[in-house]
Amino acid sequence: MPALLVDHVTKRFQTGRKKKPVIAINDVSLRIERGEVYGVLGANGGGKSTLIRLVSTLLTLDTGRVEVFGYDIERDEMSVKRIINRVSVDAAFFKKLSPAENLLYAARLYGLDAGSARQEAVRILSRLGIKESRLSRPLEQMSRGMQQKVAIARSILTSPTLLLLDEPTTGLDPRSKLDVQTFVEELRDSHDATIVLTTHDLVEAERLCDRIGILNDGRLIVEGTADELKELVAQDHDQEPTLQAVFMTYTGRSLDDDVEEDGAADDE
Amino acid sequence: MTGRAGSHPVTNGATSAMTTLAREMKASYAFVERNFFLTKRYWGWEVGWLIYALAGALSITLIGQDQGDQRLLISLLIGAVFWNYVSIVFSFIAETVAWERWEGTLEYTFMAPIRRYTQLVGSTLYAVIYGLIHTGFVLLVLVLFFGLDLSRADFLTAAIFTLLGSLSLVGIGMMAAILPLLYVERGAQMTFVLQSLLLLFSGVYFRIEILPHWMQVVSAFSPGTYLLDGVRRGLMDGTPVTSLIHDVWPLLVMAIVLIPVGVWTFGRAERYAKRTGKLKRVG
Repeated sequence: MPALLVDHVTKRFQTGRKKKPVIAINDVSLRIERGEVYGVLGANGGGKSTLIRLVSTLLTLDTGRVEVFGYDIERDEMSVKRIINRVSVDAAFFKKLSPAENLLYAARLYGLDAGSARQEAVRILSRLGIKESRLSRPLEQMSRGMQQKVAIARSILTSPTLLLLDEPTTGLDPRSKLDVQTFVEELRDSHDATIVLTTHDLVEAERLCDRIGILNDGRLIVEGTADELKELVAQDHDQEPTLQAVFMTYTGRSLDDDVEEDGAADDE
Repeated sequence: MTGRAGSHPVTNGATSAMTTLAREMKASYAFVERNFFLTKRYWGWEVGWLIYALAGALSITLIGQDQGDQRLLISLLIGAVFWNYVSIVFSFIAETVAWERWEGTLEYTFMAPIRRYTQLVGSTLYAVIYGLIHTGFVLLVLVLFFGLDLSRADFLTAAIFTLLGSLSLVGIGMMAAILPLLYVERGAQMTFVLQSLLLLFSGVYFRIEILPHWMQVVSAFSPGTYLLDGVRRGLMDGTPVTSLIHDVWPLLVMAIVLIPVGVWTFGRAERYAKRTGKLKRVG
C-alpha cells in the first residue's frame, strides 16, 4: 500500500464569472511509498501548494482520487486527517499566544494528553534549538525562523504518518534553514516518516529527497531521483547534469527568476 | 514522532460512539481553553470592551432616569444589559471564522480531525461563559449605580430564559459564521447587519407592540423577542417561568430547529469554500 496515491487528479478554480477556469492541477498522478521523502519542485503557480492543499483535505477534487495509506481523502476524510499534518510557508499561529499555548491547542485537537504533549514539545523544540524558557512568551516575539521551528514541532507532535512540508524553509535565515533541514534528515533516517516536501531550494531538494517531481502549469512533467533527472537532461537534452539544468529544461525558466518573482506571494 | 502508520487508531467500525464523543468533547475543550488564553493575552482590550459596554448601558438606562420613570429605567437597563449578552454570544460564534482567518490559522483548524460541530460547540460554550461573566458584571454595576431594588425579581426565570435564548442564538450565529467563510473581505462586517436586525426586531429598548404589524410578524421569529420578554417579566414583575410557557416553547422550538440548520449550513459553506479555495485567503 503506498503512503500517498494521487490518481489522475485535476483541480480548477473559477476566477471570474466570464473567465475560463484556471487549471491548477492537471491530470496529476503520483505514488509515494512509505518512508520516502518526495520533493515537489515547480515555478510559482505551478500547482505545488494546490497539490499539498488537496492532500490536506483543504480543497475538494474536481476529478481523480487521492489515497493516504489506503484511506480515500473524500470518503475517509476524518481518518486521513488523523494521520497527516502540514507545515505551510507561513507559520499559522495565534501570534499573541505562546508556543506552549499553541501546541496545547493542537494537542487537544488531535486528542493528545496535554501533559505528555508538552513534554514531547519541549523535547522536539530543544532538538530544534529552542529553549524551554521561550515556551511561555508570545509567538509574536519570536523570529520567523523560530516560529517555523515551532510549526514543525506542532506538526510532528501529532505523530503524522504522512508529513506535508510546504516550503518550510522559505524565508528562513541560513542557520534556521540548516536546523530545519537537519531535522528533516533526522526524521527521514531514524523514523518511519513519509514526507512530501515542496521547495524552491534545489540544494535542499537534492539533499533531502529520495525522489523529485517537477510540476509545471499544473502538470507533473517529470519525476525520478536527483541522479536520474540529472542523467536525463545530460543524455536527452545535452545539458550540464545539475538540478538547475533539470529545472530550466522542464519548466523553461530558472528557479532564480521564480524566487525573484515570488516576493511575499504564495504559490498559486 | 512521526511514523506510526498502522498503529494509529483510525479503524472505522471499531471506534465506539462513546469514544468518538469523548474525543470530540475533548477537542471542543481545545476551543474553550484557546479562547480563554486569548482573552487573557488581550486583557487590555477586554478592559476597554468592558468600559465600552458599561458606558453604552449606562447611557441608555439614564434615559429612563431622565424621564423619571422607574419602570422604564429598569426596562431599559434589562434591554441594555441583555443586548450586551446577546451581542457577545452572537459575535463570538459569528466571528469564529473571521478571527481564525485574521490570525491565519483557519486552514490549520479546518484540517484537524474534528467534526465541525465540535468546533462550534467549543466556541459557543466559551461565548456563553464569557458573556455571562461580562454581562453579570455590567448588571451589577448598573444595579449599584441606580440603587435598584430587585428583591421581588425572579432570577430563576431570568436564568432559564437566558439559557434558552442562548441556544436559539447559537443556531443563528452558526449561520452568520458562514459569511466570513464565503466573503473573505467583508464577511465579518456583514454579521453586524444581522446583529442590527436582531436589535431592531427583538424589542430591546421598546415594546414590540409599537412596531408596524409586518415588523411584529418578523419579530415573532427572533429569539431575542422571547428572551427579553421572559427576562423582563422575571426581573421586573417576579413572574415565575411556569407562567411564561408561551415564551418558553418558541425558544425551545427555535433552538431545536436552528442549531441543526446552523451546523448543516456551515457544512455546506465549508464544502463550497473547499471547492473554490476560499479557505486559503487571509482577510
